[in-house]
Amino acid sequence: MAEELKLVRGYPEYMRKSIERVEASRPRRLEEGPPPGMSLEEREELLKKYHPDYAPGGKRPLVAGPNKGEVAPNEVADLLEAYPLLEPGELELKVDFDVDILILGGGLAGTMAAIWAHEQGVPPDRILLATKLRHGDSNSIMAQGGTQAADKPYDSPTIHFLDAMGGGHFTNKPDVLKALVEDAPFIVKWLTELGCLFDRDENGEFVEEWGGGTSRPRMHAARDYTGMEELRVIRDEFRSRGFGLLEFYPAVELLTDPKGRVAGAVLWNMETDEYKVVRAKAVVLATGGFGRLHIRGFPTTNHYGATADGLVLAYRAGALLRDLDTVQYHPTGAAYPQQIVGLLITEKVRGLGAQVVNRDGEAFVFPLEPRDVEAAAIIRECYDRENCLVTPTGLRGVWLDSPMIEEIHGEGTIERRLPAMFRMYQRFGIDMRRDPILVFPTLHYQNGGVETDPWGRTNVEGLFVAGEVTGGVHGKNRLMGNSTLDCLVFGRRAGIAAAEYVKGKKAPQTVTLDHLKGFVEELRAAGVPEERRSPMLLPDYRGKRVLARMIDLL
Amino acid sequence: MDRIKEANRAVTTGIDDSAVKHWVTVYIMGKGYRVPADITIMQAMEYAGYRFVRGAGCRAGFCGACATVYRTAGDWRLKTALACQTRVEDGMFLVQIPFTPAEKPAYDIEEEPADGTPLLKYFPEVARCVACNTCTKACPQDLEVMDYIQAALRGDLAAVAELSFDCIQCGLCAMRCPAEITHYHVAQLARRLYGRTLPVPKHVLDRVEEIESGKYEDEFEKLLSMSREELEELYRKEQREKGGLNSRDASRVTRNGQGER
Repeated sequence: MAEELKLVRGYPEYMRKSIERVEASRPRRLEEGPPPGMSLEEREELLKKYHPDYAPGGKRPLVAGPNKGEVAPNEVADLLEAYPLLEPGELELKVDFDVDILILGGGLAGTMAAIWAHEQGVPPDRILLATKLRHGDSNSIMAQGGTQAADKPYDSPTIHFLDAMGGGHFTNKPDVLKALVEDAPFIVKWLTELGCLFDRDENGEFVEEWGGGTSRPRMHAARDYTGMEELRVIRDEFRSRGFGLLEFYPAVELLTDPKGRVAGAVLWNMETDEYKVVRAKAVVLATGGFGRLHIRGFPTTNHYGATADGLVLAYRAGALLRDLDTVQYHPTGAAYPQQIVGLLITEKVRGLGAQVVNRDGEAFVFPLEPRDVEAAAIIRECYDRENCLVTPTGLRGVWLDSPMIEEIHGEGTIERRLPAMFRMYQRFGIDMRRDPILVFPTLHYQNGGVETDPWGRTNVEGLFVAGEVTGGVHGKNRLMGNSTLDCLVFGRRAGIAAAEYVKGKKAPQTVTLDHLKGFVEELRAAGVPEERRSPMLLPDYRGKRVLARMIDLL
Repeated sequence: MDRIKEANRAVTTGIDDSAVKHWVTVYIMGKGYRVPADITIMQAMEYAGYRFVRGAGCRAGFCGACATVYRTAGDWRLKTALACQTRVEDGMFLVQIPFTPAEKPAYDIEEEPADGTPLLKYFPEVARCVACNTCTKACPQDLEVMDYIQAALRGDLAAVAELSFDCIQCGLCAMRCPAEITHYHVAQLARRLYGRTLPVPKHVLDRVEEIESGKYEDEFEKLLSMSREELEELYRKEQREKGGLNSRDASRVTRNGQGER
C-alpha cells in the first residue's frame, strides 16, 4: 500500500507539512523548555480518563485459584483459568534430570540466579537452566534505556525508594523495594568488575541520565543496548562456569511432592515433542512477562516468548499473584513505519531532551512523567483531542522530536548514544537526526506477578521467583531503569536463597502432578470451557488464508 | 480502546490481506510464496504459514535469532539480513541460519591479564585472518568486523570494544569466514577484558560501603513505618524542593547534559 504513496525521506508526503510545523516550533521549544509536570491529582485524573487499565471492558474477576475474586486482564484470565496441557496420570514421571536447582528462563534474572547459587557453593552440574527459546532470548536483552542505581553523591537509595514508590502509586511492597534500591549500587559495581561496559564520559565517570519519574539522574546505560550488554556479559560468565543448559525446552508444568512443595518441572522439547522430567530440590521461576498476549489489542515491545507461562504454572502450584490488574504501556512505541509498529523507542530519547509534540508542533506534556501518565497523555492527544497524525495503515501517533537531541547535546549524539534506534530507522529510510519519529503507546511490561519476599521466596515452598514474573516491587507502575535492575537484584537474591534452601536437603522422594487435580476440579465447577488450555508457549501470527487451508496429516 | 485494537489488528493477530494491493514473490528455501509487499521477511514467513520455533527472538533487532541469507534475482551476491528488520524484495531467495556451531572457551575473567594476550591464547585462529573483509560484508549491523579482528591481533582492547559494541552475536560473520574465526566470541572476551581495565568509579564504591555499613537504615526504617498518606506527602515535598519533576529544573539539567548537581 505504501508503494502508492510518495515517500519523502521515509515519510508519506502528506506528513511533511506537520514535520515542518515541528521544525518551526523547535527553536522556541528549546528555549522555553518542556511544559510543566503534573501534580499527583492531575496525574490521577488523566489516568482515570485515558489509561487503558481504567477503560471499561478489559478485565474480569478470576473464578478459580489462589487469587479467586481478584481482577486480571481478560487475556491473562483466559490463561490462568485454563486446563493444563497435561492431565495428571497421563505421563510416566520417570526422572530424566536430577538437580539441586532448576532455573526456568534464560534472561537476566535466570542467568543471575545460576551464577549466584554457584557463588553460594552449589556445584554447576547441580544447577540446570531450561529456557523456551535460546539462552538470552528475553525482554532483558531488548532493554535499551538503562539501569537505575543511586550511586552519585547527590542521590541516595532512599530517594530512589521514594521515586519508585511515587511512580508505583504507593502500592509497591516496601521491603522488596528496599532490597531493590539497596542492592543497586552493588550490582553496578559487580557488573563493572565482570567487564560490563556502562557509558562513561571523557574522565572515566559514569554518565547517568534522567528517566521518567526519577527526581535524580541515575540511569546507567550502555549506549541503547543496555540489557544486551548486561545479558551478554553474564551469559558469557554463565558459559564459562559449566552449568547445565537446555534451550528450546519450555516448562509445561511444575512438579510437586506429596507435601505440595515444588519439586521440579516437566519440560518439553519443542523440536522433537519429547518430554523430560526434571527433579529438583528448588525451582527458580524467571520466565518473564506477558507482552505477547497483546492485552487490549495493543502491539508490544516484548520478545516472541513473552506469553505468561510462568504465571500460569506458579498459579496452579498455589502461588499467590498480585497487582495483575495493571499493565504497563510504554508511552513511545513506534507508530510508523508499519514494519516496526509497537517496537520500543527508549525513554532515553526523552531523557536526552526530545519532547513529545502533536501534529501542530506543540509540546503537550512534560516528557518525563511516569510511564502510565505519559502514555495516557499521548492517548488523549490522539483519540480525544485528535491532534495527531494518521499513518497510511490507520494508526494514530504523535511526534517524538528526536532532532532536539542533536541541538541540545551536539551533532553525533544520536549515533553515539542511541545507535540501535538510529540503525533501526535508517533501515526503513528515516533519519531520526533530521526528522522526528512517530510514536504511540505500546504494551511493554507486566507490573504485577507472583508475590515474593525480598529473597524471591513465595508462599509455595521450593518455589523461588525473580524478574518480570514477580509482583510487588514496582507496585502498579514500574519506572524506567528498574526492570533490568529488578532482574539483576532478585535473580541474584533468588539464587542465593535457593542455594540456602537446598543445602543439606534430600531430593524429593516422589514427583507428581497432583497439585493439578484440585485446580482442575475448581475450573470444572466454575464452568470454564474444556477447550481452554495453557500455557500458551508461543503466539501465532500466521496468515489467515493459510490457516484456513491447513490440514494435519503427519 | 476498540479503535486502537482495530487499528493494530494486523500487528497483533497476523496480516489481513484483503486490503493489500501490492504483492511480491519470495522464495523461502526455494519454495515460492506470494506475500504483501513492504512487510519484513519475518512477517512474510509468518504470512506464508510458518510458525517459528527457531528463527525468531526479540523481533526488534537486538537478539540475532533471525539471521538470514538471501540472493535476489539477477544478482550474484550473497546477502545477509535480520529477518525482523528487513523488507522483502520481489524475487528474494532466502533461508534462515538460526544457529551457529561455535565453541566458547571457558575462562575466569578475574584470572586473565587485562590486556590483549588472552585473545590469542583462547582464539589463536585470529592469526589466520586473511583480511578478506567477508565478515564485515556479512554483518547485518554494519559493523567493521574485520577491523576489530585486526585490532584483536594487535591486542588493542579499546578498539575492539568500540568497534564491536553493537554486535548482536547472530553468528553470520563466523559462518562466512574463510579462516573459521568466531568473531563474536573474540569480541565478547575483548570487551570484558577492556572493561576490566576501567576502574569502578569511587562514588560507586563509596555508596556500596555506606549501604553495607548501615548508613541508610534509620532513614529506611522511617520510610517503612510511614503510612501511605505520609509517603505521598514526603514524595510531594521531595519533588517540589529538589525539583526533579519540576519542568524548569529538569529541562535546565537536561540541557546541561549530564545533570550533575
